[in-house]
Formats: sequence, C-alpha cells, structure tokens
Amino acid sequence: MSRPEDILPPDLYYDDNESRKYTTSSRIRNIQADMTHRALELLDLKSPSFILDIGCGSGLSGEILSQEPAEQGGPHTWIGMDISPSMLDIALQRGVEGDLFLADIGQGVPFRPGTFDAAISISAIQWLCNAETSDVSPEGRLRRFFEGLYASLRRGGRAVCQFYPKNDAQRTMISGAAIKAGFGAGILEDDPGTKNSKLYLVLTVGGGGLQGDITGVVDGMDDVDVQDARRKAMQRGQGSVSRKGDKAWIKRKKEQQIKKGKVVKADSKFTGRKRRPAF
Amino acid sequence: MKLLTVNFLTCAVKTCKGSPAAFPLHFRDVELELHDVEFQPDFIRNIITRVDWEGLHKMANELNFPTIPEVKPDGEALQSEQLLRDLHRLLLETQVAEGRLICGNCGHEYMVKEGIANFLLPSHLV
Repeated sequence: MSRPEDILPPDLYYDDNESRKYTTSSRIRNIQADMTHRALELLDLKSPSFILDIGCGSGLSGEILSQEPAEQGGPHTWIGMDISPSMLDIALQRGVEGDLFLADIGQGVPFRPGTFDAAISISAIQWLCNAETSDVSPEGRLRRFFEGLYASLRRGGRAVCQFYPKNDAQRTMISGAAIKAGFGAGILEDDPGTKNSKLYLVLTVGGGGLQGDITGVVDGMDDVDVQDARRKAMQRGQGSVSRKGDKAWIKRKKEQQIKKGKVVKADSKFTGRKRRPAF
Repeated sequence: MKLLTVNFLTCAVKTCKGSPAAFPLHFRDVELELHDVEFQPDFIRNIITRVDWEGLHKMANELNFPTIPEVKPDGEALQSEQLLRDLHRLLLETQVAEGRLICGNCGHEYMVKEGIANFLLPSHLV
C-alpha cells in the first residue's frame, strides 16, 4: 500500500486536486467520521469545550465537533491547524465554524499555556516523522510539537491522536516523544491485526480530576484488553540493580568469561564473599 | 478568526517563548466582521476563566471598542444573560477577516487572510 508520507511533503501532497479528492471521497469521509467519534468517546467531554484540531485539513472532523449534540457534551468550539493551503481553502469554501491556521505543527503550537480543554488529531502526526529539509530532524519536530501541545492543554486535559505509523520504530518514536514531553501516554488499537486496524495515541496531562492515564480512560469501556507494559519494564529494572563487585556481578562476569572459552575458577562458597576485616 | 482565539495566541518564534511582550499580539490594518454564531452560555462560562482580561482590554483599546468591564466578571455576574450575550458577541461573533498580527517582542508579522492566519515560520526562527 502506498503511503502519501513517502511521496511528498504534506503541503505539496495535498494540492488542490488531492484535497478535493480527499474531501469528496465518501469512503474517506466515513472512516474519518468514525475515527472522530471514537476520539470524542476517548476524550469524554462533559460540557461544551475548547478543542484544538491538529491537522484539521478540510474540517471533516471539526464539523463533527461543532455538531456534537448537547446531551453528549457538545457543541464544541474548535481551532484547526493545518499545513496545506489547499485543504484550508476547501474548509473555507465549506464554511466550517472553527478558526483556521496555516501552520506547521512541527514548529510548535503557538497558544498560551492552558488554553485548550482537549486536542484531537486524525491521521496527521505520522507526518512529523518526515524531515523535508536538512536543518530539521523528525526528533526535533516531534519534540517541539509535543512540548507545545503539553503546554497549551489545561491541567487534566486530554489529547487523542489517531495516527498511521509506518513501522514499530515510528510508533515507538512518536509515543516516546510524547512521554518525554510530560504526557501520560498509552496506545489504543482498534481491530488489531486486521487491515482496518487503527491506532489512537491517548495523552493525558496530570492534575485536575482525571484518574491516571489511558487505563483510567478506557476503564468501563467494553471490548478493551489492557496490556500494561510498564509493570514488566519495572520488574526488568529491578532485576538489574546488581552493583559492580557484588556476588551477582561476579557470577555474571564469570559466565561471560566461560562463554568466551577462558579458564575460570569454579564457584565455591567463598565466591563473592566479603573478607573479614583483618587486624 | 474569533477575538477569543486572538486572546489565546502568542508569538510562535522561539526567542519570544516566555517573553511577556509576546502576548497579546497587536493588530495592524484589521478588518472585522460579524458572523452569527450559536449562543452557548455554558461554553462562555467554561472559557471565561481562561480569558486573559488584561490582554482583552489592550485588544479592545487597539480596536477602539467601548465599554469593557474593568475587572473580569465571575461568580454571580455570570448568571446574567445580558452579560453573557455581550461576551458572546465580543469573543465569538466578532471576527478578524483581514489584517496583520504583530508580536510586541520580535516584531514578526502574521498575515490574516480571509480569516486564516499564517503561522508558518522560516526555519531560522523555529
């Protein structure tokens, strides 16, 4: 399957023609609407909120935010950022209600700290893994984006970013950058293992009335299996606290030497034992 | 672009981060428009706590708007429908159509065309 990310930078790929195709294709519109509803479900907003739409494109998901019925906490007011002028032009023609910005999310998020209740992003942040010129790097762009996003969300706020990573390395790079910026991050995968599998990066900002991280977010949702990688990572961390010179360290070193084929003294009850203080 | 949005905008240039002069952005040659937006008292009550009142004052002065209360309304005052409607008109319905936004710290100009602000920066300013 061809990936637009591999063809051209986003502002050039989504030209007038491609933007029109994207916006008028009923298949894409349906998928986009489904993903936006899923993201809204994860955001779990109780009252009309101020939302940042990252990579808003022609405002397909923004429209859904504006039309959210009152009994589900809507309608929300949103601000959209996108790098493609053609996409924004179509959004303008369609008369969307949110404010639009022509901006590169890899350059940061130009809002005051604590501006937004929530942020949403549909199929956009994988573009950050591309660096189009030699003076920027994917890591730098991801760092600026997530730091800016972290600052612009209020305490207790949430962000849900649906994205298409090219491979596991990109997936780790993106979630790692989010964690480094201070977010509590988790990934929700819908329809795993199928062609339609969708990844949602669920980010939480500490403080406020939110309990913890993604495990708190999906708590009470049906059909969600939680795989907590943190516990495993912690156990691994505890196992390797052997210090240089102690018994475990000596044994490990001896094993290494044996594997290399060296002659090593057999272990005895005195191996790695402390000497008595000698007078 | 709604005046509410302008109240949250800061300069995107790296050296302006954390500088007090980078907020609020100053208007130059702006054309304003009135757009009908659905009245949502709940949203205004939610957002008003985060609005920078001093910045709003400066903005209203630059645009020659009269009558903005000296202090930010809160608590009881937010029950008054008239006040909420005034705020709604000012923050959500008044929108910037054309013009420039200028950073008070570095002087960078952001163009606004048809309500869309251009925040793309040349790479040496990022």
